[in-house]
Order: sequence, then C-alpha cells, then structure tokens
Amino acid sequence: MSMIEFKNVEKYYGNFHALKNINLEIDEGETVVLIGPSGSGKSTLIRTVNGLEEIQEGQLLVNGFDLHDPKTDINRIRKNVGMVFQHFNLYDNKSTIENIMLAPRLVLKRDEAENKKMAMALLEKVGLADKAANMPSELSGGQKQRVAIARSLAMQPKALLFDEPTSALDPEMIGDVLDVMRDIAKDSSMTMLVVTHEMSFAKAVADRVIFMADGQILEDSSTEAFFNNPTEPRAQQFLSQVEHH
Amino acid sequence: MDLLQNNFSTFLQGFGYTLLSSVIALVVSMILGTFFAILQILPQKWVQKVGNIYVQVFRNIPLLIITFFFFLVVAKVIPMNGFTAGTIALSLYTSAFIAETVRAGILSVNSGQMEGARANGLSFWQAMQHIVLPQAFKIALPSLGNQFINLVKNSSILAFVGGLDLMYQGNMVAANTFDTFGTYIIVALFYLVITLPLSYYMQHLERKLKHAA
Ligand SMILES: Nc1ncnc2c1ncn2[C@@H]1O[C@H](COP(=O)(O)OP(=O)(O)OP(=O)(O)O)[C@@H](O)[C@H]1O
Ligand SMILES: [Mg+2]
Repeated sequence: MSMIEFKNVEKYYGNFHALKNINLEIDEGETVVLIGPSGSGKSTLIRTVNGLEEIQEGQLLVNGFDLHDPKTDINRIRKNVGMVFQHFNLYDNKSTIENIMLAPRLVLKRDEAENKKMAMALLEKVGLADKAANMPSELSGGQKQRVAIARSLAMQPKALLFDEPTSALDPEMIGDVLDVMRDIAKDSSMTMLVVTHEMSFAKAVADRVIFMADGQILEDSSTEAFFNNPTEPRAQQFLSQVEHH
Repeated sequence: MDLLQNNFSTFLQGFGYTLLSSVIALVVSMILGTFFAILQILPQKWVQKVGNIYVQVFRNIPLLIITFFFFLVVAKVIPMNGFTAGTIALSLYTSAFIAETVRAGILSVNSGQMEGARANGLSFWQAMQHIVLPQAFKIALPSLGNQFINLVKNSSILAFVGGLDLMYQGNMVAANTFDTFGTYIIVALFYLVITLPLSYYMQHLERKLKHAA
C-alpha cells in the first residue's frame, strides 16, 4: 500500500514554480533518499508531505488522506508523520526528556508513567539516557539531532521525513546520527523519506533514490540502478561532484 | 511626620486603591496584550489588521483622554465610578504597549520552534502556549518590567476622575493642610513602596530565567 503519493503536484512560491508536475509513490516501509543540487526543491517537496508547505495543484495523499483537500485535518496527518530538521528545532525551553514527552502528552494523551517509560527507552535507544534532564543548549549538535529523532519516534509515526539531518553537524558527529537512522530503517513498517548528501548512507540503506533538479523529478530508480548507471546526464554530473569530496 | 501621622488612614486608603487598580490593570493588560500580540502574527491579513488597529488606537491617544472617554461617555451607557473607568482605561492603554512588546518577543523566537512543534503534531495554540510564548515572555521580560512600572505610575490618572487612589488622596491632603511639598514627598514614597519591590522582582526573575537555560 502506498504511504505517500504525489499526483501531478504543482507548488508555487508567489510566481516562482518550485515543484513541477511531481508524480511519486512511496510504499509503506520503503526507505527513499532524495538528492539533487541546492535549490532544486528537495526541502520544498519533503515539507509538503506534512503540510508545512501548501501545494497549489494536484493531489497529495498521505496515509490515504488528501493534503490538498480543505476538509483534511492536517494535525491528524502530522500525528502519523514525523519530521527531523537540519537545525534540529528542539524546544529550547524544555529539557531533553520533556522534548520527547510533550507531544505524546498533549496530542495522544498518553498516560504520564507510560510516557516517561517510553521516552526513557527512546533516549536509551539513541544513546542519550544520561542526558534526560539536560536542556538543549547543553547538548552537542549530534546529541540534539538524536534527541530530535527520539522526539519524532515517540509519536509512533508511520512515516519519518528527514531534511538534511546531518548537514549542520561536525564530521565526527555524523556517524552516530546515521547509525540511529539505519536502525530505524531496519524496522520494516517505517516509511522513510530522507534528503541527504551522504551517499554512503543512501547506498547502504535506501531502497530507491530520487534525483531532483529545477523543481522536477528527473530520476526515480532503485538504489543499485541509480548508482551503477544513472540515466540522466545531470544525475551523473551530480554524482561525480558529490563523490569527489 | 505629623503630616503622615494625621493623615495616615487617608494615605493608606489611597495606597490600597492604587495597588488594587495596578494589580487589576496588570493582569487584564497582560491578557489583552498577549491576545492582540497573537492576532498580529496570525496568517489571516484581516485579523492582523484588527490587532494592529487596536494597538495603534490605544497606544497613540493620551491615557487621560481614554480615561475621560470611559468616565464621561461610556459611563453614560454603562454606569461606572471613576475607579472603574480609570482602571479600564489604564488596562487598555497598557495592553497596547504590552501587545507590541510581546509581539516583538514572539517574532524573535526562532521560527524553527513553531515549525518543530507543528511537525511534532501540536496544534498552533498548543505550540504557542507551551513553546513560543514562554520563550517570547522571557525575551520580553526586561521590557515588560518597564511597562509594569509605568502602569503603576500611570494609575495616578485615577485622581482626575475621583478614583480615590494615592494621587487623589494626596491632592486632598495637600489642599487641606497646605503642605504641598511634604504631602507629595509622602505620596512619592508610597509609590516607591510598590515600584521598587516590583522592579527588584523583575530583575530577579530575569536573572533566574537566564540561568535556567
Ligand atoms: N519560502 C520561500 N519563498 C520563496 N521561495 C522559496 C521559499 N522556499 C524556497 N524557495 C525557493 O524554492 C527553490 C527550492 O528551494 P528548496 O529549499 O526546496 O531547495 P533545496 O533543494 O532544499 O535546496 P538546498 O539543498 O539548498 O537545501 C529555491 O529556488 C528557493 O529559493
Ligand atoms: Mg533544503
């Protein structure tokens, strides 16, 4: 069953045509990596999936609900779709564990003892159980990002969106975050859509790779096919650029 | 000293009304100010406009005129005494300044905070209440402290409409005793009894919150 489905989607910022005739289907449990040059519309595309950006035309079905339909309750979709940002966006006024517990408490009305137990288990999973009481300002970038992932997981989403989760991190922090993401991808029911420049991660984890340029999807192939023989000249060019640094 | 002793209950009554008016106006203006600050950052343009008009009206008219408006005009329709009219005017006037302060505070909270909260499943209002506003108030705290102190001092407009406050009682005592200078020194000291602890408390709060995160 498809978890995310774009049908002839068009997105404009004012007069600027940011997404052009997007057609894309992502099945439940799939891990898809989205790549492309800067300004190609990767963030825009991923942000439409949980309604952070509106689309102007077409259909965008997430978990069966049409995001372009005014009757769709966006909060209900966001309950099932988590997002991890480049700059973490942790709640600066809340401790690590409160960052994780807040949404389940307010949105899911999860029982407090249960909530705490789950939050601690998630912190354990991302290797930060000892940081439960710390404020975000007391964490390193890599630690913040792992807390942000734990915060998303606490909602038990069906899908997770990642927008360049390691781009703002020092090189030595990147590995820990990618390890956590690899771990999540192993869960066969979790759908993941990941914007990243980490090609080794894409090769190891992605089922499919999508290449965008100028607001269009130029290539949508299995990971193997994409890296072994990309058909689009622009994808070839892009690959040779990112792989040579 | 005689002046204070002989008129102590009068001063005390004035002090009580000033304190009462200030506390009411502080609470009401915080609620109204926060409300109109939020109106101005909602996506709907006409809602923003409503918030903006409110702020412009009450910020740009002298407090005394707003007070007379309630005492002389509104009171014809809804009967109210000077204390009530003055306290309402003080609340509305101050709320316009607080709205501007809180709005600036909200705008200086990183937009990633709201985005993170919305993506996490919180509604706009939940995100406002739990994430954005606490941070906005913290940023706005020094400026809010100034507004509160101005509010206490501005409550002296009650005297113009028979509001029984410190300034009103001071005027009475001064007229009766002819000791204008001494009377207003005492009145000033009574104001300091409110404003000094208030300003120390705000500074203390600022320091405490700074260390908290
Ligand atoms: N809020 C906005 N208003 C106007 N234009 C925007 C807005 N956000 C993005 N754009 C434009 O849309 C295009 C796509 O931007 P987007 O951020 O989706 O690119 P990206 O592929 O994520 O790039 P990067 O790799 O640099 O993050 C760019 O030309 C950008 O300038
Ligand atoms: Mg981007």
